[in-house]
Amino acid sequence: MLRVVLAEDSVLLREGLVGLLNRFGHEVVAAVGDADTLRDAVSAHAPDLVVTDVRMPPGFQDEGLRAALTLRTADPRLPVLVLSQYVQRAYAAELLDTGDGTGVGYLLKDRVGQVEQFAEAVRRVAEGGTVVDPEVVRQLLRRRRDPLEALTPREREVLGLVAEGRSNGAIARELVVSEAAVGKHIGNILGKLDLPPAQDTHRRVLAVLAYLRG
Amino acid sequence: MTRSVRYLISGVLVGAPLLVGMLLLGIVGAGLTPVLVGLPLLALLALTGVPVGALERWRLQLVHPARVPTPHRTPDEPGPAAWARLRFTEPATWRELGYALLLAVVLWPLDVVVLTVALGIPGAMIGTPAQLAIVGGEETRGVKLWLIHTYGQAFLCAAGGLALILVLRWPLVRYAHARAALTRLLLAPRQAEGQLAEVTKSRARLVAAFEAERRRIERDLHDGAQQRLVALSMRLGLARLDAPPELAARLTEAHAEADQVLVELRELIHGIHPQVLADYGLGDAIADAADRSAVPVEVDVELPRFAEPVESAAYFAVREALANVGRHSGAGRAWIQGRYEEGRLRIEVRDDGCGGADPGSGSGLTGLADRLAVLDGTLTVESPPGGPTVLTMEIPC
Repeated sequence: MLRVVLAEDSVLLREGLVGLLNRFGHEVVAAVGDADTLRDAVSAHAPDLVVTDVRMPPGFQDEGLRAALTLRTADPRLPVLVLSQYVQRAYAAELLDTGDGTGVGYLLKDRVGQVEQFAEAVRRVAEGGTVVDPEVVRQLLRRRRDPLEALTPREREVLGLVAEGRSNGAIARELVVSEAAVGKHIGNILGKLDLPPAQDTHRRVLAVLAYLRG
Repeated sequence: MTRSVRYLISGVLVGAPLLVGMLLLGIVGAGLTPVLVGLPLLALLALTGVPVGALERWRLQLVHPARVPTPHRTPDEPGPAAWARLRFTEPATWRELGYALLLAVVLWPLDVVVLTVALGIPGAMIGTPAQLAIVGGEETRGVKLWLIHTYGQAFLCAAGGLALILVLRWPLVRYAHARAALTRLLLAPRQAEGQLAEVTKSRARLVAAFEAERRRIERDLHDGAQQRLVALSMRLGLARLDAPPELAARLTEAHAEADQVLVELRELIHGIHPQVLADYGLGDAIADAADRSAVPVEVDVELPRFAEPVESAAYFAVREALANVGRHSGAGRAWIQGRYEEGRLRIEVRDDGCGGADPGSGSGLTGLADRLAVLDGTLTVESPPGGPTVLTMEIPC
């Protein structure tokens, strides 16, 4: 069970999200409607996870994202899942730049409808994983060239799944290959993106970042 | 009357130095013309009317409180060169030069005459008793004309001076007003100049209103329909979890339908006004538009933030350009370059397509040029048959 602070200005959605999180056994310790209250709620409750909308009062621009970035800068280990209405590389890249890029998620709001996927993303982010919306990944796969030009279609597919925050085992199941084959692909990707061997989890995030920065 | 007097006296204070200055500039400038240094001096002489005009319009407030607007337009771009170019082509500049000459040669001496007659002579007459007292009561000349021997005569003269001031007061005020009216006639904006400025302003207002409406529609869709649809999709998702298998299948279909609508709505909202433009500015918004283009685009853009109308116009222009590349050019690649230099935003969209784009044929290019024109921007299209097409937009900002 996770203790969650939720920020979403639409009452309808906020209540829906509370219900959804409860349904999967999490406790929403605070559900707020603007960025300032979000910051207060986080310092008051010290939650396991923050879920926030991008566009929020008072300016209805990117206050929610800004608040998330501030929170992450203050405490780089605080897991934050940002829900966005837009497929936006700039938002996702800025978010992944905080901390070491682990324990963050950038999901399209539409994705909350896919309740199981959403619950899975919530769990992964809270555990320190990195989740980038498949739609953002897809758009980048379509557009980005160097240094991704060097990747084979299969390797791109694998990188996409890595960006979505999947583990090697999950990727192997998705692509119906062995886990060893996935490991080999990832090794090739990291090689082609010129990411020298270090701690393996970090390199996965760096690979995704290479992607988002274009 | 005091206002008129102040107006006339300050007129002399402007006119006399002006005469000296113009003579100096003219003589030195003409003298140095053979060695070319004189030419800029003469150009400067031609522009003396501009500051004089500004000062004279300001001085009119001494007679009449209403401000007189400037007849000049604001230059399209910063810098002295653009300023001078505009000034030399404006009729107002030459009217002001004419007025400056008139002021230096005719008006201020005339002011001196009027002031002397209406104030100087009566003033001297009023001062006669004091004058007599200073010379010790012997004899003196009143206003250098009459011999005054006694205090009786002196006081009579002073009384005459007072009467004269009262009589001459009216013509003095009339003269000052006529003088002000002449200045206004020459230095206030002509009707056409005023109208043009008004038309330009109203066009800018229309565009601003259109832009505001666009934002409002985007916000309404975002805060209303989109949120409700997300909530609906979430409910369907939850219902599916707990439904018996045969119902779950039907719920899955409904859910897929709702999600499809969400995707379309998201694209629609993005098309109306992308949030990234407001949050991150033109550079990121262009990169985003390039991401979505059907033809691969290479983006090389380094831009600061600009005012909202500039960012909007430039962004939609780039998008229209990319749409044209995708639809008509048959290009395999496109390039966008954007820079801000010397007060101009310059964006170039190039493709390797077949060319032949015609901005005059009522295509999207015309609308694009119109949008840029509101900001005094320009659009140039180079598109020879066989290609390639290069579209360049420039906005002073």
